[in-house]
Amino acid sequence: MSAAKIQSTEIRFKVNGVERSVFVPPMKRLLDVLREDLGLTGTKEGCGEGECGSCSVLLDGVLVNSCLVPALQANGCEVLTVEGLATNGALANIQRTFLELGGAQCGICTPGMMLAAESLLRKNPQPDLDEIREGLAGNLCRCTGYMRIIDAVRHSAQTPIAAAIPAPEDGVRA
Amino acid sequence: MLTQSSKAVRARKRGSPIMRDTTQARIIGTPVLRKEGFGKVTGSARYIDDIALPRMWHGATVRSRIARGAIKAIHFGADIAWDEFVIVTAKDIPGANCIPLIVDNDQPVLAETQVNHPEEAIVLLAHPDKARLHEAVAAVEIDYEPLPAVFTIEESERQQTIVWGEDNVIKRFLVEKGDVDSAWERAAHIVTGEYHTGAQEQLYIENNGVIADWSEADGLTIRGSLQCPYYVHKALLRVFALPAEKVRVIQTETGGAFGGKEDYPSMIAAHAGLLAKKAGRPVKILYDREEDLAATTKRHPSRTRFRTAVDRDGRLLAMDIQVDLDGGAYATVSPTVLSRATIHASGPYFCENIRIRSHVWATNLPPHGAFRGFGTPQTIFGIERQMDQIAKAAGLAPEEVRRRNFLAQGKTTATGQLLRDPIDLPGMLDRALKVSDYGAKRARFARENARPSAIKRGMGIASFMHGAGFTGSGERFLNSLVGMEADASGHVTVLVSSVEFGQGTNTILSQIAAEALGLSCDDVSIAQPDTRRVPNSGPTVASRTTMIVGRLVHDAAHSLAVILREKNLLGEKFSAQEFRAACATYIARFGALRSEARYQAPKDIFWDDAAYKGEAYPAFAWAVYVAEVAVDTRTYTADVVNFYALQEVGRVINPVLAAGQIEGGVAQGVGYALYEKVVWKDGRMSNNQMTNYIMPTAVDVPNIEVYFEEIPCEHGPYGAKGLGELPHDGPAPAILNAIQDATGISFTSIPLLPEDIYLRMAEAQEPGTMESAERSE
Repeated sequence: MSAAKIQSTEIRFKVNGVERSVFVPPMKRLLDVLREDLGLTGTKEGCGEGECGSCSVLLDGVLVNSCLVPALQANGCEVLTVEGLATNGALANIQRTFLELGGAQCGICTPGMMLAAESLLRKNPQPDLDEIREGLAGNLCRCTGYMRIIDAVRHSAQTPIAAAIPAPEDGVRA
Repeated sequence: MLTQSSKAVRARKRGSPIMRDTTQARIIGTPVLRKEGFGKVTGSARYIDDIALPRMWHGATVRSRIARGAIKAIHFGADIAWDEFVIVTAKDIPGANCIPLIVDNDQPVLAETQVNHPEEAIVLLAHPDKARLHEAVAAVEIDYEPLPAVFTIEESERQQTIVWGEDNVIKRFLVEKGDVDSAWERAAHIVTGEYHTGAQEQLYIENNGVIADWSEADGLTIRGSLQCPYYVHKALLRVFALPAEKVRVIQTETGGAFGGKEDYPSMIAAHAGLLAKKAGRPVKILYDREEDLAATTKRHPSRTRFRTAVDRDGRLLAMDIQVDLDGGAYATVSPTVLSRATIHASGPYFCENIRIRSHVWATNLPPHGAFRGFGTPQTIFGIERQMDQIAKAAGLAPEEVRRRNFLAQGKTTATGQLLRDPIDLPGMLDRALKVSDYGAKRARFARENARPSAIKRGMGIASFMHGAGFTGSGERFLNSLVGMEADASGHVTVLVSSVEFGQGTNTILSQIAAEALGLSCDDVSIAQPDTRRVPNSGPTVASRTTMIVGRLVHDAAHSLAVILREKNLLGEKFSAQEFRAACATYIARFGALRSEARYQAPKDIFWDDAAYKGEAYPAFAWAVYVAEVAVDTRTYTADVVNFYALQEVGRVINPVLAAGQIEGGVAQGVGYALYEKVVWKDGRMSNNQMTNYIMPTAVDVPNIEVYFEEIPCEHGPYGAKGLGELPHDGPAPAILNAIQDATGISFTSIPLLPEDIYLRMAEAQEPGTMESAERSE
């Protein structure tokens, strides 16, 4: 009831390079706006309290937990989600190295983890191993023990972006 | 954390896994890309939270706030428009109010007259707006008449308050080999030890969740995050009193499980199903993290006691072992967890005289359940800490006392199982010591630790094994069936109820089918696990998928080729093109092309359930792990600096996935040892948030080096054995053994947090109390 009484407001922002507009309560979590209002379900909820990093997105280039960001804060901003990493059907470098080197197992932390990696590599294109570990420390992975994720980030940093491979037609269940 | 620079140095030293090629396979042994990986790296993979059905409502659960008591009344608060909600209580259950798995009449779907643990489900609510459910759940008041409760193994075994059966014992086992009682007088040393392990949360990053849909025509359909479609199917038949064809269970992409989605999904599926049936529309129940942590299963806390006789040379004369687990309020999977804990309790060692007495005790905690290792990490922790104390008593190095007692081909285990397959534990120990530079490091650390430095370093070993497949006659009872079909283009679909939850099922089974049929992995699909389409290949548990189900996939593939050969469409040897052409011709002439393979127990495997003797497992994976730790005596933190994981797992099907399993298991083991503490308050987890239940981050995990030895196993496909659970068994004792090497203190309980280290170090500074936990007779 209390939620229904709150006035919705228009939020205009750019998501994965596309201008979007939603009419939502201003304190609605950015995570829910992306998932429910825009259908971008690649951003995952793991804990809802900013600990696990599964909901990580880039907000004006800054890595944020979208479960802690009210929609209002995203107004006028640019948001990058996992759906915006691949371009023209070709995997981004970080996606390719996660796939090839075993950086994704169950896959639920993977979108947030890749955005943490993307954020790190934008700030620091040649991170050393400590910097990679630190850069990923806000994103929890229960499957991999992080070794292969760290490898994927390291290789992504070393490989030119142009090496992106084409996406298979049906990747969900080949 | 210790120092950042040391992390960089050790990470740079990381070597690549060493592989040994043992066959001429094309696809087996190669790093084929994860089958469903593209969906996972693009965000297009659809987990249960990403799926909405038309007209769908959301469900929530009203749970017990006390540990044990009679339910006297249920009140629905005045400020809620209850007519907007669908409300379900135990009275709405059409069939049995019970989730049966191993023990009949086990835990209820909804408590009706009495609750037996905090967070036990009592009332279910559904509403179209999930935001409204929180306040509605809070507005349901339940009157209880509290009953006395027990919260620990010690309280339960005192039997002053009986909460289960006549004696609080959910299950007991006795394993006896030789004559333990007569061995003590021949002993040069008798070493006793008691060890404790805490509960551990699986902490899959995707919480439990399902969507239920109901129609009179089709019955109940469940979609959800789960490991064992046919466990859910079996449970729902009974709860809803439906015939098999009226219950359908579909596994959706599952974001981690580790055992935590083995038995609990039956409960949440029953809940969502009851709401859907009453609402006449689909209902989704998705737990948030706090609910998932507080209400769902964890690893059984344990206490193990060892009394060990050794001769002058450090050889084991007798092992008297007591294993006690805390099962929580209902049986669920506890009997089989206890079985595996019991069988592994004597470790990878040969001893003529072994007695293992084990119990799983009922308490008023939420039921403990499956978690990677399934009882084995608990008893391996005990035996591997005990071996270091035996080494000390016998005046031997930890590696030497192990070397002198290893099981070998031709020897028998605690259950009398004759080990027929080749095993090379001494060779594995040599290699593990070599790759970890154990000797040189240990000597250097001993010198450095003698100086007045704040950082004390140490090396620790654990050697251990893990049985693959169900215990004893379990696989015979499962009687697993695998199906396979090919279409006219020669594309093959594998039909199994064994599911992918990150561990690599889709890829491994595709590799096996592709190898067997001369195809590429792209020519093979794994059908979505759906009980309407796939046969029951058993639950996705017990390190059985690669070895047992994989073997059946291999056999079904061969059957497919035989079917084509019998119609003279295919020769003994064939190319992919010839296979495709044969499929097209067969289907044009005869219709659908299908094969199947059913489990057949190996003839030389015999198990006596009554005496608990015989061939406990068709195969064991073997391992020697080495931990290198640094203990900061100012902050009392223990840091695992390097970790070396060497294992013999039969043929490695996919080196990237296999190493990923080992690394992930080691990281969970590091968490088990040093980070993850479930804090109980009156039977309820009080730190049920990721903020205060701490698992290792990318900064916390050590550099992990993975090494495989490959001795092909005749029972598995292409010689593979199970490996998924193995890596969780060894890290905790290796780490605590290393901490003893570093500090001289034998810690006996995990999780070992800085405050625990502080207390013991403060004690140790008083003379005479240094080794207080180790009692040598």
